[in-house]
Amino acid sequence: MDYGNGCFLSNMDFPIVFLLLVVGTTTLIILRVIYIIYWSSKPVYTRSPGPLSTLIVLGSGGHTAEMLNLLAVLQKERFKPRYYVAAATDNMSLQKARVLEDSLMDEIGVDMVETAHFMQIYRSREVGQSYITSIGTTLIAIAHALWLMAKMRPQVILCNGPGTCIPICAISFVFKVFGIRWSSIFYVESIARVKRLSLSGLLLYKLHMADQLFVQWPQLKTKYPRANYVGRLM
Amino acid sequence: MSEVDHSMNSKRLVFVTVGTTCFDSLVRAVDTQEVKEALFRKGYTHLVIQMGRGTYIPTKSPGEDGSVDVDYFTFSSSIADYLKSASLVISHAGSGSIFESLRLKKPLIVVVNEDLMDNHQSELAEELAERKHLFCARPQTLYQTISEMDPESLIVYQPGDATPVAKFINRFLGFPDD
Repeated sequence: MDYGNGCFLSNMDFPIVFLLLVVGTTTLIILRVIYIIYWSSKPVYTRSPGPLSTLIVLGSGGHTAEMLNLLAVLQKERFKPRYYVAAATDNMSLQKARVLEDSLMDEIGVDMVETAHFMQIYRSREVGQSYITSIGTTLIAIAHALWLMAKMRPQVILCNGPGTCIPICAISFVFKVFGIRWSSIFYVESIARVKRLSLSGLLLYKLHMADQLFVQWPQLKTKYPRANYVGRLM
Repeated sequence: MSEVDHSMNSKRLVFVTVGTTCFDSLVRAVDTQEVKEALFRKGYTHLVIQMGRGTYIPTKSPGEDGSVDVDYFTFSSSIADYLKSASLVISHAGSGSIFESLRLKKPLIVVVNEDLMDNHQSELAEELAERKHLFCARPQTLYQTISEMDPESLIVYQPGDATPVAKFINRFLGFPDD
């Protein structure tokens, strides 16, 4: 009887321990996520001095033009090295970024060239692609982004849509949760969005993934109070 | 309209651009007789259409007395030059084309493509039209817009400034203000 009882208990031990482990880990992760979300929106007070490695996610067309306008006024000695990422289907954006970096080289000196890197990434969603097929392409994009992010581990991420930035921001969030790298994400919603956020902007806003989100029209700030409106980029 | 001088030295170009998109309904609308006549009545002498990936081929015309000179191409590296020399720009609603035309202070009609799946583009065109920086039309209302527009009524667009955003980011990251 006793023996049988012990056997019964030891049979039960494993599932219970396993369950406790799962519940414990999940609770810890949830607490950590809440902690991350809370601190992400707070300004960085304690920071090692010196430049910050910066990842710049280039959209396409108008998105890239807006991002380059922002980069033109950012202090290059504070944000370096700079990693430029664009969709694999978009050659124009990286070329435009190269032109900007080349003009910096002329201004500041040759040594700045080594601070700029250019790379391409699979896109999670092409313009016009349906939301359902986007799921598969998003998974591929995430795997590729994970590989790139593990190599770069940027401290600052600047993005302004479209879909390319979602896998990167999601990975950066996971990196934060597991303490791999704390990066500050700044998302600037496209100037083309006047009444509603884009899908990318809405995801980053609702999931608290962007540390700071900027909109370029005051009426959007009214609709999404956690967003910042400090003027237009174009 | 008779006071408008149509001689060679007063070339007034209308540049139509669809960017990298396919926007046949715009090209087709511009190619109609009524739109071309309306443009001519407004004093425009030349019409150049950048048709992008569209399949509708407009009719070329040498522009004899009483009509506009029509020409077209698909893509060109000199789109910026056409924009600069244009007296009127008719553009698709992409923000790149819109802001480039506004930066050059060109009278601009933005035509919204209603065939796009996620049609957020009309937001920007309508907002800027409300602020009187451009005219906003649909392919089927283009004729009406051209006939009724007064380019003088447009207000010059003041380009935005990225400095406040950069300052915000710097402050957030703990960098001192310059």
